[in-house]
This record gives sequence, structure tokens and C-alpha cells, in this order.
Amino acid sequence: MEANKYISQYCVIENNSVAINGEPQFALENGSFSEFAKAAYKHFGIDYPKFFKMDNLSKLAFLTSEIILKEVVNPAEENDIALVFANQSSSLDTDAKYQSSIADETAYFPSPSVFVYTLPNICIGEICIKHKLQSENAFFVFGEFNAAFMSNYANLLLETNKAEKVLCGWVEYYNEKFKAVVYLVEKQGKLEHNEQTVNTLYTK
Amino acid sequence: MKKNVYITDTNCVTPLGFDVTSNWEALLKGQSGIGLHDKLGMLESFYASVIDSEQLNTAFAGISGESHFTKLEKMLILALAPIISQHKITNRTAFVFSTTKGNISLLENENCEIEAAHLSALAKKISTFFGFTTEPIVVSNACVSGILAIAVAKRMLQSGVYDNAFVVAGDEVSEFVLSGFNSFQAMSQAPCKPYDKDRNGVTLGEAAAAVYMTSHSDEVQNGDMKILGDGAINDANHISGPSRTGEGLFRSIESAFKESGLEPEKLSYISAHGTATLYNDEMEAVAFNRLGLQKVPVNSLKGFYGHTLGASGLLETVIAIESARKNQLIGSKGFSEMGVTQSIEVIKEHTENEINYFLKTASGFGGCNTAVLFEKVR
Repeated sequence: MEANKYISQYCVIENNSVAINGEPQFALENGSFSEFAKAAYKHFGIDYPKFFKMDNLSKLAFLTSEIILKEVVNPAEENDIALVFANQSSSLDTDAKYQSSIADETAYFPSPSVFVYTLPNICIGEICIKHKLQSENAFFVFGEFNAAFMSNYANLLLETNKAEKVLCGWVEYYNEKFKAVVYLVEKQGKLEHNEQTVNTLYTK
Repeated sequence: MKKNVYITDTNCVTPLGFDVTSNWEALLKGQSGIGLHDKLGMLESFYASVIDSEQLNTAFAGISGESHFTKLEKMLILALAPIISQHKITNRTAFVFSTTKGNISLLENENCEIEAAHLSALAKKISTFFGFTTEPIVVSNACVSGILAIAVAKRMLQSGVYDNAFVVAGDEVSEFVLSGFNSFQAMSQAPCKPYDKDRNGVTLGEAAAAVYMTSHSDEVQNGDMKILGDGAINDANHISGPSRTGEGLFRSIESAFKESGLEPEKLSYISAHGTATLYNDEMEAVAFNRLGLQKVPVNSLKGFYGHTLGASGLLETVIAIESARKNQLIGSKGFSEMGVTQSIEVIKEHTENEINYFLKTASGFGGCNTAVLFEKVR
């Protein structure tokens, strides 16, 4: 029998609001995602100019993760935290923007700085770079939130010693509609890590 | 208790043929799928490895009379069909699908509903065609997707979440991807030359590949592959360029060896990524040298197939498995003179050589890397 695992921290961003471990911490009543993201960045005292170059999916994934990681990561040592992220729309929000830049002969401006974000796993790269996380990572796509897969995959990374902790995330963004649920799985914590609790984080 | 996981069946659909046998024969003859293609959208002529649509349609008509499938979907179905016909799909069978861009060319039609371009919709279409009952697992992790899909399936089978898995990978050449690589100035003006001193970028390609994986040792025969270990570790360095020290690749390979317990001296062959960009090939040479693997024969198959993105890792594994079964190393097409600063043992000519253990690696945008270590069952 494998030892129990726990969810030690979790952060949810949806409807222009941020909740940490179930407690509402910040909200912006009206505004686009971009305005909300900038306001949340300031509210949580994040100082990372690269943030403003990211596409919307990366901003969403970065913000939700950063709120957890800035309390957890010790920059003085190696942090073996795997990243396992998933969503429904892959990078289609940026894909559509990139497609419109090549659709018209009279306005043909394919840009490498847009093209690079037409991959969903770039958001993982952004988070890894911020905290120098040279650890296991993978990005998955599902028709809907898949608590069973996410909990299985996090467990097996821990049980096979591929990682000490696993940061899991559902990071969905398409055309101003977004929802992110990011949580840290490790050997200690308050919430037991299993399919039911993971589902509760997403639905409540 | 961790279960052993094996690959027993393989298939691929490429410009060189629609099964492993025809691909293998073409490789032995030194044929490449890469050719010069005419203007596409705003792009001038370009080199790419493209599947002939008419031949594909003819082959597809032998499987299904349905006509509502995209080119990529036909490639995926053709790759899976002969493997699936040999096995039973149960509610303990995983369906793992790897792709970088899926049906991205649907976006060229302005009236396209965005849901049609969802990777999960594509996965569901293939899954429904074959009657899978479990939710498809889509791996979309840039250019490591195809080999990462094997690692993901192996991990799920190893811990008993599923009994067996069909893994399929596919990507097509599209204006979307061509123009993107072009905007990065990463496209080669001639067929790509991995590890060569005159290399100057990638040639894109399209392909689909599929494998059957099982944790049931009674399904395994001599010549099948056991998966010994894997690792998929990020560089944490740059989103569009590899780490100069090859740190993520180094750690991925190290992780695979650590899990396997295999001594690195036993390795007979490395099927590397070798995209033929200056930075990628150099980074791989650095990582292999840091691990003491610089004397192990290595090739890139990109000179035959181009860079098939999310399909490449699985396609190149399928060919590497054939190399192991035939004890024959394939010469790295496009290579003539060493073009990386740290010496590696690039295979120049086809060579007979006993292959009992081989390593497959890949690296991609977002700083991702994957390494999987295989043992031939004897």
C-alpha cells in the first residue's frame, strides 16, 4: 500500500476572481482578462516583467501557479516539483490569432513571438523558467476536466520517485472565457489527494 | 509492485509507405520523403515530406467508405487499423493520442466552429471509429509529444491503471506550421542535414505512427521491446530555444537510466531528435557527451521524413524498433561532415550491428525533453 498523498495548497481563478485554499482573496468586478490579469499581478506583489510578454493562456497558468509557488519554492535549493497541466482548448486562443495573421495577403504578418505560444506546453515552460524547475512536465488535453487521470498521473510520478511534489493544473482559456485550478500534491497537507477531492476543487 | 511494460506491435503511415515493411525497404534504399513543393498560401516553394493525398485516399477506401475524415484523420486511422485488428479493446484499454497541431488547418476556413479544431474532438473521432470505451488521453507537448506518449502509457500500465494501450501520433504539414517555422527563420533552404556542418534548419514533414503496449507478459514474443525507463524533464531555460548545456535532456536520460538500472556501456544505439537547427543538434551533442554516450552510434531520421512534429518521437521509435529487430543501424541521411563541436558517433552508412538496448530522445519548444530506454526481448 502506497503512503497517502495530500493537497497542500490550491488556487482557483475564475470569473475575474482569485481564491486561495478556498478563501476569496481578490476580484475585479468588470474588465477584460488582460485587465484582470494585470490587476491580480499587482495585488499579489508579483515582480516579473516577462509576464507581460506572455499570451493569455500562459498568463493565466503563470498567475495561478505563482500564487502557490512563491510561498513554496526555496530559490536557494533545487526544487523537484513536477508540472502536470491540462485543458480543453489547448492553445487555440493564440492559434486563432496567429491564423488571422497569415489569412490575408494584404495583412500577412506571421510573428515568431506569437507563433511560439501556439503550443499549450509553453505555459509550463514559463513557470519552470521562473523557478528554475528542472523537473518532470507534461501537458494533456481532455474534452472536460479529468480528475481521475490527473490524480492517477500525479500519484504515479510520486510513487515512482520521478518527483518529490507535483503541481497539477487545469488551465483553460479561450476568447475571454477562462478557468484555472492549480494545486500542489505532496506527502503532507490538509486535504487528502484523491479523485473526489480533486473534483471538489474544480466544481465548488 | 510495478509491472513490466512492452511494445509488441508497430505501424506507420509516411510518404515512404503505409506500413513498416515498405518504410523499412525505402530506408534501406536511402529514399527520402522530402521533395520540393510549390507555393502554399503566401509561401514560396519549400521542401517538405508530404503524403500523396490520392494514394492515401485509395488506401483509406480499403478500410472505410466514409468520406467525412480529414487527411490527418485518415492517416491516424490507417496507422491504427492493422494493429487494432490483432487485439481486443476492453474497458481496461487506454487510447493515447499525441499531436502538436491536430486539425489546425480547419482554421483556414473562417466559418469553422472552433470546437471542430479541439484536439479532444479529433481524439474522440478516432476513438469512436475503433470503439474505444475509455476517455482518450491527448498528449500535446510540442515536439516531444510522440515519445512522451509512450512514457505516459508505460507509466499508466506500470501502475495498473490500464492493462494495455494503443498509442497513436500524427501531424500534417500545414501553412500554419510552415509559416511559423519560416517566421523563426528555422527552415532549411535544402533538405535538412542533421548534425552536418552545413545544416541550416528544419524540413517539415507529415506522418502517423502507432504502437500497441501491454503489461501482460504472455502477449510478448522475442524481438518485442520492454520499456526499461523514461524521463521528461524541462530545461527551465528558454521557451523557444534549448539549453546550451542540454540540462533537461541530460536529466531526462539520467532519469531513464536510473529507473532501468542498466549500465550505459550496454547501450547499442541512440535514435536522437536531430532537427538540423544549429542549436538543437549542438545541444544534443553536449548532453550525450556529458553522459559519456559520445561513442554510441546515433542517427536522426529527419533526413528521411523531415520533422513530423508530434508524430516524430513515435515514428522514430517505430523505425528504431525495426532496427533492433533486424540488427541494422540506418545511416543518418543528410550527414557527411561533423558539424557539432562535441564529437558524437553519427551513423554514416547502414551498418549491421547487434542492438539489444536503445535510447530514443526528443526535445522541443517550451524547454521540454523526453528520453525512453528500450530492451529487446530475447
